[in-house]
Formats: sequence, structure tokens, C-alpha cells
Amino acid sequence: MYSFDYHRPRSVDDAVRQLGGEAKLLAGGQTFIPTLKQRLAQPDKIVDLGGIAELSGIKVEGDAVVIGAMTRHGAVAASAEVAKAIPALAKLAGGIGDPQVRNMGTLGGSVANNDPAADYPAALLGLGASVETNKRTVAADDFFTGMFETALGEDEIITRVRFPVPQAAGYAKFANPASRYALVGVFVARTPGGVRVAVTGAGPGVFRIGAMETALAGNFSAGAIDGVSVSADGLNSDMHGSAEYRAHLVTVMAKRAIAAAGG
Amino acid sequence: MTDTGIGASVRRKEDRRFTTGKGRYTDDIHRPGQAIGYFLRSPHAHANIKGIDTTAAKAAPGVVAVLTGADYAADGFGNPICGWTVTGKNGEGHIAPPHPTIAVDKVRQVGDAVALIVAETLDKAKDAAELVEVDYEELPAVVNIADALASGAPQIHAEAPGNLCFDWDIGDKAATEKAFSAAAHVTTLELVNNRLVPNAMEPRAAIGEYDSGSEEITLYTTSQNPHVARLVISAFVGLAPENKLRVIAPDVGGGFGSKIFIYPDEIAVAWAARKLDRPVKWTAERSESFLTDAHGRDHITKAELATDKDGRILGLRVATLANFGAYLSTFATAVPTYLYATLLSGQYAIPTIYAEVKGGFTNTSPVDAYRGAGRPEATYVVERLMERAARDLGIDPAEFRRRNFIGTDQFPYQTPVILNYDIGDYGASLDKALEMIDYGNFAGRRAASERNGKHRGIGFAAYIEACGIAPSAAVGSLGAGVGLWESAQVRFNPTGSVTVFTGSHSHGQGHETTFAQLICDRLGVPFESIEIVHGDTKEVPFGMGTYGSRSLAVGGTAIAKACTKIVDKGKKIAAHLMEAAVDDIEYKSGVFKVAGTDRQTTMAEVAFAAYVPHNFPEGVEPGLNESAFYDPLNFTFPAGTHIAEVEVDPATGTVDIVDWVAVDDFGNVINPMIVEGQVHGGIAQGIGQALLEGCVYDRETGQLLSGSYMDYAMPRADDLPNFRVGLTNTPCTHNELGVKGCGEAGAIAAPAALMNAITDAIGSEIDMPATQEKVWRAVQSRRMAAE
Amino acid sequence: MATVSMTVNGKSVSADVEPRTLLVEFIRQNLHLTGTHVGCDTSQCGACVVHVDGRSVKSCTMLAMQADGAAVTTVEGLATNGKMHPIQKAFNEHHGLQCGFCTPGMLMSAIDLIKRHPNPSEETIRHELEGNICRCTGYQNIVKAVKAAAQEMGG
Repeated sequence: MYSFDYHRPRSVDDAVRQLGGEAKLLAGGQTFIPTLKQRLAQPDKIVDLGGIAELSGIKVEGDAVVIGAMTRHGAVAASAEVAKAIPALAKLAGGIGDPQVRNMGTLGGSVANNDPAADYPAALLGLGASVETNKRTVAADDFFTGMFETALGEDEIITRVRFPVPQAAGYAKFANPASRYALVGVFVARTPGGVRVAVTGAGPGVFRIGAMETALAGNFSAGAIDGVSVSADGLNSDMHGSAEYRAHLVTVMAKRAIAAAGG
Repeated sequence: MTDTGIGASVRRKEDRRFTTGKGRYTDDIHRPGQAIGYFLRSPHAHANIKGIDTTAAKAAPGVVAVLTGADYAADGFGNPICGWTVTGKNGEGHIAPPHPTIAVDKVRQVGDAVALIVAETLDKAKDAAELVEVDYEELPAVVNIADALASGAPQIHAEAPGNLCFDWDIGDKAATEKAFSAAAHVTTLELVNNRLVPNAMEPRAAIGEYDSGSEEITLYTTSQNPHVARLVISAFVGLAPENKLRVIAPDVGGGFGSKIFIYPDEIAVAWAARKLDRPVKWTAERSESFLTDAHGRDHITKAELATDKDGRILGLRVATLANFGAYLSTFATAVPTYLYATLLSGQYAIPTIYAEVKGGFTNTSPVDAYRGAGRPEATYVVERLMERAARDLGIDPAEFRRRNFIGTDQFPYQTPVILNYDIGDYGASLDKALEMIDYGNFAGRRAASERNGKHRGIGFAAYIEACGIAPSAAVGSLGAGVGLWESAQVRFNPTGSVTVFTGSHSHGQGHETTFAQLICDRLGVPFESIEIVHGDTKEVPFGMGTYGSRSLAVGGTAIAKACTKIVDKGKKIAAHLMEAAVDDIEYKSGVFKVAGTDRQTTMAEVAFAAYVPHNFPEGVEPGLNESAFYDPLNFTFPAGTHIAEVEVDPATGTVDIVDWVAVDDFGNVINPMIVEGQVHGGIAQGIGQALLEGCVYDRETGQLLSGSYMDYAMPRADDLPNFRVGLTNTPCTHNELGVKGCGEAGAIAAPAALMNAITDAIGSEIDMPATQEKVWRAVQSRRMAAE
Repeated sequence: MATVSMTVNGKSVSADVEPRTLLVEFIRQNLHLTGTHVGCDTSQCGACVVHVDGRSVKSCTMLAMQADGAAVTTVEGLATNGKMHPIQKAFNEHHGLQCGFCTPGMLMSAIDLIKRHPNPSEETIRHELEGNICRCTGYQNIVKAVKAAAQEMGG
């Protein structure tokens, strides 16, 4: 690691004041610290959000589950509220990394990092969640803008994510055999506004498949997407899976997610 | 059998320190005043070094020294060597280009050290490393051995034209060709044995320390064979004479072969410590281990099996290309030759065999022995061929093997490829394995899987290995630069406890327990009163270390021989104490008796008398402390049958291992619990090779793409099934313990068994690792062909 | 430099460290508690697992500063007054270790696992040990040991 200064603010406002220059936010650190160790980032200041109590917690507010940005994956996975309202979300959180990563890694950190193989972005996009920051609320559809890119501004900190409770949802992940990140992960949700199908791992960023959503709107069952072909164009290709294989897995995982959602 | 003697599953002595955090691995050791070493390594696979500027780095905060290859060369020390000379078809020894300890004017692999930065902390050393300016002139790289040996390939060493190290053969070419021309059927397979990274969980590490008063260098290091390290660093590198070089291998966190070798890094650390007169510690980071630990396997092979109309083998023909990487590691040349081609007869009576091996250089990490070393590659060739041939001939694969087994009445059996098997009963292991897996009902299980949309397959590997390495004269005649005996010293302390000094080295094998059981059995000493000492060249007699499943067969036999000497001397003392004739003394389990009387004395009383010799036989030296060296008379030949059963999900290509049966003949077993653990671990590594692990280099740039656990798939708990282990026993005929060795069997048998099961399930041949995509594609193309 | 204070195995410790110091570096180098190991640099092998405020974490993926004020337990803190923890006994009894290098992290993860799953199935154990790599044992005896320890611990 390069040398840096360390701050541990007690409030979001305090944290915002520390930002600027080459300062970086530290949430759970499960991606960021390995990045620092490899000297792939050189912040002059680290602002650790771990001391801000208001950023953690899980609440059911009306027809949504609202989860604080610093809530650990393990807490989401173990939450009775989440399990009751959106079991697919609890299952997804329980499959991120490994237990130790889940004990440190946070929702906000994962979302802000927007790793193309991370699980949470699929849940946000699939459920049509909204990201609340210290400044505004951004719909998931507008939040994930590209590989490791989001709509977050320089002095913006995610505070909470609001997940509308769907009628049904399922997540199926095909893990990279080495890293255990998603080679392909598909989140399917049946919501009052329609069916949403979000894919992570397969492409340069999380994306929806409109053709599947349309096919599922009238018939929420695995068989409904038989006629939908997923193009390999633009999908990731590496030693763990070609674009063609990933395209195929998108359909297989989508079907498993639909089945998990009771379709 | 006592509850702590031979044959008992005694719980391990060493566990207490390992489960309480009191293990003492190299990186745990902190020497007063120690500085930290960090290697700046080449980011290029092949480049000329036009210049190195260390000025800024030397001036950075906390930096003690920045040392380059030029500094090392200027001090006039030598470099790592390859200790086994392979004589090729041309009658000449292999080509051994120099392996600079620190690169001077050229780098030949990503990860070649170009400078050693010594600083007060690791972070400061890394900060300074960024200030070293190296002017590289990049050269085209080659990583695949077939590419490297093709004309027009980039030339890696001036000394090795065409990147060829040797072109070697074994067996009778003419007789084999004749057998093939008479064959009713020839089965041909082209196989890739994938390159693996050993990945002992403890990364390599070293601490060099110099005492200017005694002029002695101490090197703490992660070694499986500290004396061999001392020998090489002394005799070939010349850092210090053997008597002024102490090598300590404390607790070592796994080796699997990768810690046999004398690497440039450890040499550089010892050199820096001496040069700076200050302890220097270096611990590899995992990404560094991926680049610098010697890798395993990496063969490309064409193999052909000739059979007659009755399904009997007439001959075997094999041509292999072996990738040595950028430099020859310590025993690299022996692996694809004498540890590989000599095992090609497998468990079968094959009238004639001919094998050719070309070894060559590429811009990759060096390749050397990894768990099994040559024998997994041989088993993979033989057992994939056997399975393929059985399917081609329409003979049940178990029956086809049985038809060609060397019969129990044929031992000792001289193979056409040097080795002489002393004993075995291959049918017994096969039968037991078939029974355990319930082979008779496989068809029903397969049908049930198909009904669930899964493809089920079953695969065999009837492996053999040559262990107990090795008779010195034999290996000497084949090119080894060392003898392969082992040493032991058994020392009674005056109060009856025993300290055993062994040249073997334990890095997970549990020697402290197994050897203590042996002592307990032979000398009647309580298990708790036995201490096993290993790993320090200043404490233990010169020994050859641990690899090739040799510790018990060779090191254990040496201990047994020392015990015999103890008993012989004890008889003289006991005879004197009991006023009887030596010839009348009978010894059993720690008690000396006068034959035909009730007079007796114990080993503890004899030991006390030996150290307090107030009443002692004339002409007998005081003390009870005996040494023995044991040079084995032959290799040992563990063998057995593994059967794997898999289910393949055609939708994703995922392979689920649903059952695994291993039946092994290791000869006599001292601690069944430890033996079973060794089998489990070996199978896990073999499954890793077949299913998950594969070293991937970029074919253009020579960059290691699978350079961390993010991309190199290590077997984890949820990747593996439970293994069902059984034993058969034909005791080894030429060591007094009747033991053969068990450490490598699993890794040798597993890849072939699993690949045979997968190819059975999917109906086509694929190479390892059988990744999900590869399996899926194979299933797809079969489905398309069927439609 | 920054001051970091925490409780480690019941003892209060405090030191001035560079903010870039990892928790594992603090434990190994400042406190000389070398039972916690480092086996990789990508947060996967789990040799470095310790408990921070009762939860298992990878101490190679946490700054020492993040543990400021926390209660940390390392493998050295498991046995009390020379009495081995049931997980330590079970690993010995069921031969759940060979070279011992992954063992401390494995034990710490296992304890956390058993806390959350008092009566774990074999499948649960294998899944929960995803973050701990062992190269020696093939995991079979580790799974056995964890199961036995869970029973012993009253699951």
C-alpha cells in the first residue's frame, strides 16, 4: 500500500467534509483494500465510514425494504425482515464472497464500486431499487453507468438503498470457479410495474434483458423465455468463459431464477 | 499392536502447536535487527536489460541497500543448478544454460528478479522498488512447448539452439514398431497434461543471517530438504563452506515438491545478509509464488497402444514434449524422463515400450517435481489409453485391465523400461474397488441420472508409482548428482526418553507421530517420551529430505536400523547387568530377558546404565546413541485402483463428483489415520488438476493470466466429495518395515480416474482441466452430431 | 503515524502505526502473535481469519485502524488456562490438519460457523468454509472435525 492519512468520521456530513483531492471512501474494504495492497490506487486520504452508526440498519418501510449503506452482507443474509419481504435478496447477500467477506463487505461499498461481476447490482436493477445519497435519490436504472462507473458525484455518499418489495423474485448465480464472483448472475422479479430481468457478470456492467421481461410479462415461467435468444455480442470473454458460453448461461440462470421465484 | 505402536491411528503430536498458533514457520521468526527484502521482478516475459538505475531507490527513506545482478556477479558467486544429467539420443548430456540468481542483461520470464531491495519495512522496500528504473528492450516471447520447439521460435538461451534441452528416448524402438505392425487394433490419444502451480499454503520465505565472528551464515528457509540446500548453496553457489552454512527448515506449511528446489531467491537473501552483515527476511507474496515457485506437469503427449484380437496389449509408443520453463530447476530434467517414462508399463504386462521425450525452454516459470512428479503424467497417459482402448474394443474397462495385469506369479517383474517391480496384487485392489463402488449396479445409477437430465459416467485409474526414492547406485547410473539414502540417529537420554534425529523433513506428513510410533514399537519407549528432530543441518546428520514418498520407506528404515543397533548394544549391557551370556538375551518390546529364566531388565534400565556406567561390560562404550544410514535396494511400488463416478449437468457443463473409491496397496501401514489423510489430500490435488486448476499464459505476451486465486481455481471444501478409502497389502520385499509410501498416490491416480469418468459421461475426449465450458461444449457438439 | 488501541485475546494493546498497516501486520509484527498467517494477497485463502467483535474476518483485508476500539480474538486466544477449545480438540481427534498453516484461520472460521449454525449439515459446513483454502487435507477430515466440534459445543 501507498502511504495515506486515515480519518474515521462520526457522521455523513463529517465524512463529506473530508472528501476532496485524492481522498477515498472506505466502506467494508473487501475490494478496496486488496486494490490498495496491489498499489492499484493511491489515495492520499482514506475516509472510513465504519464509524457512522446512522448508515447501518435494515427497516421495512411500507412496501419497501430500506437498507443502510454500511449494512454488512452477512446482516442482510441473516435478516428475518429481508427473508420475509424479499427472500431472493437475502439469498443473494448470503452468496456474496465468503462468510468473512460478508462480515465486512457492505451494500453501499458493493453498489458504489459496481464491479461487473458483483451480485448486488443485479438485485438493485432487478428490483428497481433506488439509491439514496446525501444529496438525492437515484433510480437503479440510472445509477449503474458502466464498468466500475456509477452516477455518484465526487462528494456524494450512498446512505441507503430502497428495495421495493416484489410479488416474487429469484436470483441464480453461476460462480466463477476461482474467484467465486458471478460468471453470470440473473435476478428476476415480478413487480407491480412489470417483470424485470437483470444480469450481472456476463457483460461490462449489469444490464436488463427487455425481450425476456416482455416474454415473462404474460407467462411467468421458465418455458416462456425459450424463444428469447441472448446475443453474445458485447459480453465478457475470458479464461473462465467465452461470451458465447456466458450468453448461454444467461438463459440457464434466468430459468433457474424464475423457478426460484416460483415461476 | 499397542495403542501407540505400529498400526495404530495415533493422534498427532504436532497438532498441539499448530492448533494453538504456536507453530513456527519461517515468516514467524524475527531476528534481532532484521531488515526486509523485496524483489523487483520483471514485468516482461522476454526482454534485454539495457540498463538499471538504482540511484533514486537507494536514496529513498528506510532503504538499506538496492542490489542488482551486476552486484551479485561482481561478488563472484555461483547460480542455482540442475542436479540431474539426462543423456540424450545423441549421447550427450542435456543443455543447461545458466540461471542467474538475479538477472543481469536479460529476463526470460515474468517474475525474473532484477533487483533486491532491502529496507527497514516491506512497505518502504516497495516504495523504493518503484524508484528503480529498468530499461527493458522487449523481445518476442513463447510460452507453449510445441511453439518453442518449432522453427522460427524466439530463441531464449544462446546455449540452447531451438530452445531444445534434450531429445531423449527409452525402450526398444524396433521391437515396438514390430509390435505395432502386428497389432489388430491401435488406440491413439493426444493428451495435454496441464501446467499446475503447487500452491502450498505457506508461501516460500527465507531469512539470511551472518555472524561475522564465526563467519557462519544461517539460512532459515521453507525447505523440504535443508541439507540438499546447504550442499548446493555451498558447493555450487559458494556462499560459504558447508561447515559455515547452517540451513534451518522450521515448520514448513506444505511443500508438494515445490520446496525441494534451491531457488535463486533464497540464495540472494543469504548473500544479502552476508554482504550487509544484517539479517534479511523475505517472504513471497502469493502473486510472487505464482510466478516464482516451480510449476508442475506441462506435457504434450501422443500415445499409442497396440492390442491383439483378444484385447491383449502388444506394445506402447509414447512421444512427449516437456516444458521446462525459462530455466532448469533443481531436478527438472529427471521428472519427464526417469520419473515418467519408466512408469509407462503401469500395472500391465506390456511386451515392448518405446518412449521419446523432448524437453525445452519457454518464457514461463520453471517446471519441476510437483506431487507425484512424472508418475501422474505416466499414469495419465497409460490409464487414459487403457480406458479409451477398452471402449474402442468393446471390452469392459475393468475386464480389459484385469486381462493385462502383471500376474501375482510374475513378481519380481522386469518392465521394458528399467524398473523391476518387487511385488503387488493389482487384481486385489481392483476387485475391492469394484465392490466398494458397487460396479454391478452402475447401469441402474446411470439410467436414474439420465431420467433426471444428467449424464453419469464412471472412470478407473489403476496406477502404479515408484517411491521410496531411491537406490543411489541406480539413480547415479541414470544421471542423478546425489545419492538418495537417508540418515537417522536414535539417542537415548539417561532417564530413558529418546530423541530421534532424522534427515527426513515433515511439512504436513506427521513424521513426529509416525516415527515416534516406530520407536515406541521397536524400543518400548512411551510415545510421550519420544522427540523427533528434523530440519536443522546443525542438529541432524546429513540427510536427503522428503519427497517422492520416501520418508518412511527410506528415512523410517534408517530409524529402524538404528533401533536394531540400539537393541544389539542393549543386549550386551543387559547381559552384563543380569550376569548372563549375550547370546542368551532375548529382546522384545523394550524388555531384555535371559532365555529360559524369569530374569529381565528394561530398556530404560539399560539406558540408565549406559550413561551411568558404574557396572558396565568391558569393551563396550558408554552411552546409548546409534546412527544408521539406509540406501534402499530398490524403489517401492505402491499401486492401486481409484474409481470415480460423476454426474454432468448438460445445461452448464458442471461436473458433480458423486462417488470416489480409492483402494491402495501401500504395503504395511504404521498410522492408518495419517495414511488416509494423505490419500484424501492427494486425491484433492488430482481432482484440482482434472477439474479446476490450470496455468494460463497469454500466448503473445507471456503474461501469467492465472496469477492469483482470483483466476487460478483452487479446490475448496464445496468442490470436493467425501472419498472412500480402502487398503490392500503386499508388504514391500526389500525394506524391513515392508512399507511403500503413500504421499503421492492420490495425486497420481485421481486425474486419470476423473477424466475417464467425465469422458464416459459426455462421450468424447477433452483435455484437463475439464472446465464447465469445455464440458458444456463437448455435450453440445455430441448433441448436435446426434441430431 | 496514528495510534491504534484494541483488546486482543483479552489484553489491551496500543501502538503507533502507519495508517496503511493491516490488522494482520499489527497482530503478527507489533504483537508477535504469529499464529495468524498470510497465505494469499487477494483475500481468498483465509489463513488470516480472526474474530473482530465476535465475527470472523480476514485480517489481511482490514486496516488495523478499522479495528480501533474492537475486541479481537486470534487463534492464540482460543485455549483458556491450557484447556483446549473444542474445535482444537476436534481437529486433533479427526486429523483435520496436516501442515498446519491454514489451521488457525480454519479454526476461527469454524467457530463462527458453528455459532451461526449450531447443528450444521455437511453441506452447510462445506459451503461455510468457502473462504478458507486448505491444500493438504482434501477437507474431508476438516468437515468431520467441525461437525464433531459443533456437537461438543452443544449444537
